[in-house]
Amino acid sequence: MNKACPLPLRQYPRVVMGHGGGGRLMKRLIEDLFMAAFGTSAKEAHDAAVLPGTDGDRLAMTTDSYVIHPLFFPGGNIGTLAVYGTVNDLAMVGARPLWLSAGFILEEGLEIVTLWDIAVSMKEAADRAGVKIVTGDTKVVEKSKGDGIFINTAGVGIVPEGREVHPRAIQPSDVIVLSGDLGRHGMTVMAKREQLAFDQELKSDCAPLAAMTERLFREGIPVHCLRDLTRGGLACALNELAEASGRQIQVREASVPVSSSVRSACELLGLDPFYVANEGRCVVFVPADEADRTVRVLRATGEGRGACVIGSVEDRTPSVVVLKTALGSSRLLDMPEIEQLPRIC
Amino acid sequence: MKYLDEYRSPEQVRKWLAAIRRVVTKPHTLMEVCGGQTHTIVKYGLDTMLPPEVTLIHGPGCPVCVTPLEMIDRALALARRPEVIFCSFGDMLRVPGSQGDLFSARADGGDVRVVYSPMDAVALAMERPDKEVVFFAVGFETTAPPNAMAVYQAKKKGLGNFSLLVSHVLVPPAIEMLLSSPDNRVQGFLAAGHVCTVMGYEAYEDLAKRYQVPIVVTGFEPLDILQGVYACVKQREEGRYAVVNQYARSVIRQGNRPAREIMEEVFEVVPRRWRGIGTIDRSGLGLRPDYAVFDAERRFAMSEQFVEEPSQCLSGAILQGLKKPYECPAFSRPCSPAHPLGAPMVSSEGACAAYYRYRQHAEPGESK
Repeated sequence: MNKACPLPLRQYPRVVMGHGGGGRLMKRLIEDLFMAAFGTSAKEAHDAAVLPGTDGDRLAMTTDSYVIHPLFFPGGNIGTLAVYGTVNDLAMVGARPLWLSAGFILEEGLEIVTLWDIAVSMKEAADRAGVKIVTGDTKVVEKSKGDGIFINTAGVGIVPEGREVHPRAIQPSDVIVLSGDLGRHGMTVMAKREQLAFDQELKSDCAPLAAMTERLFREGIPVHCLRDLTRGGLACALNELAEASGRQIQVREASVPVSSSVRSACELLGLDPFYVANEGRCVVFVPADEADRTVRVLRATGEGRGACVIGSVEDRTPSVVVLKTALGSSRLLDMPEIEQLPRIC
Repeated sequence: MKYLDEYRSPEQVRKWLAAIRRVVTKPHTLMEVCGGQTHTIVKYGLDTMLPPEVTLIHGPGCPVCVTPLEMIDRALALARRPEVIFCSFGDMLRVPGSQGDLFSARADGGDVRVVYSPMDAVALAMERPDKEVVFFAVGFETTAPPNAMAVYQAKKKGLGNFSLLVSHVLVPPAIEMLLSSPDNRVQGFLAAGHVCTVMGYEAYEDLAKRYQVPIVVTGFEPLDILQGVYACVKQREEGRYAVVNQYARSVIRQGNRPAREIMEEVFEVVPRRWRGIGTIDRSGLGLRPDYAVFDAERRFAMSEQFVEEPSQCLSGAILQGLKKPYECPAFSRPCSPAHPLGAPMVSSEGACAAYYRYRQHAEPGESK
């Protein structure tokens, strides 16, 4: 193995915030630094690793760390996110989530009652998602060496035989179904962080998606791919999938639901809802003749009641995401470089 | 959303495109001044829907893009000082100076913070008397009044630890510079609506008359742009060159008087260097002598210095509308938002970033 630090990383000799922003910079860090060092292949990259099991079932494993300010926001807190985020990563490979670990890095001075509230919400979230928190770890760092609390969770689940949910399985003419409206989580957290008040209160969309995806499989819908929309939003998720599948993706702007409160908040801050984070939304790739049934099944679940068809996979190159605007023109829906920054004017 | 949705209506857009088609009989080269307008044009593909006689060229109205390299270097130097908390609007953080950007300065240990208002920086200075709080005052006439107010309040409160790194620029001198250039191709302007919200449009009446070009005060939504184009084209077809206010829902002729007064109180007109363009006389704002103690360049005794731009980058020609971003040999390779050679590739309002983000290699029309 080559032990020299790969060249493309040297533009930033130190870690900058963009390395964690979900955009190209983070992708480069993962592929050129971690995957290069660990010797893992980018071809297998997905929300969770799927590993050999027994009797045709396979194991799915994933991990995620949660650093968020503020710790509490309308609709959830860092604890609920830590459970749902990991559960959702397992669900996105077609797994039934079963067990979680929970690691806590606590900053000296964090109020115990705050920690209690977080722990109780984690238990509630685990019950709702049908998983058990079975092991954990606690470390305390000195004051000012952490942001109150950081949580890491790892999750293990079972992928039943016959489920092949992967970007590679995406086919031309597949239809893309979005499970609900965009941007609620990101704008809720930003509004709370910046103490911005809007007419209608924003509430995070954070929710466990495994029960919803399980319904799709139980109904016998041939799901080709799933991806939850987290950092970088819909635009980032679709770009990753276009690249991983080698297919062009087309999205109709007018079909993508965005609530008026999210739209107003985005307008005010100069942000684009297509790039704003979600914690309870996913895209589902299914054959075109299954689109109506997929939407019906999703809508029958609480988490998917806003489901709708937003676009399709095209049999053409390049493998980019093309947005048909409401005005009838077409443009790229590009992969963001880093997180969006509020504009000057 | 009221006042937005009706200006994005596909039906209205079709109606105004048809109206433009009806009046056009000859070529028209128009410049939208503001980067926000460029962004709308490229994002919605408006230029691909206009009749072929109408060419839109993108103007210098992106505050991030025209901030000179040496000013970014000064910001970096300040941000790296241990006693300084450096505050900026978010989109300045990724603009490359000659050595790194403000994100790198933060990674190196500098205290760099994104604020949404200069008053947040004033509040921070009051909270942290042990630190020097510097606010990066960048922008056109739009951001000048709140920045002036911040300094005015700081003086009233007797804050000794607050200062501005001032890099304010003014729109009318830039338009005049373009019009008086022998290379000028611009036959009509869509003036920046928000600048006129503050300043009004009296200053443009003289320009329109002297250079015989129509100037239309224009908003930022698709319908605004098309109405602005229509008003420009119609005047040119009829041989007229007046100032028309398309953005009447926000702009009145004399502008916002209290905002102009506070600017007048705190700032004076000075020469400014524009990135990629050069120094333009009376084209910027600096602190008046009464407020000079709040000038960060003076407080930290920073020296004048000029820095050369990377030679491959055509940002000067692009900011003057002489070249389209895709005509630059460096466009998309090696210059991209990940490795920007010039500011128009960094800012969300920069023309190069808009083309890269929405079209990458494609010329207008290619993506149809």
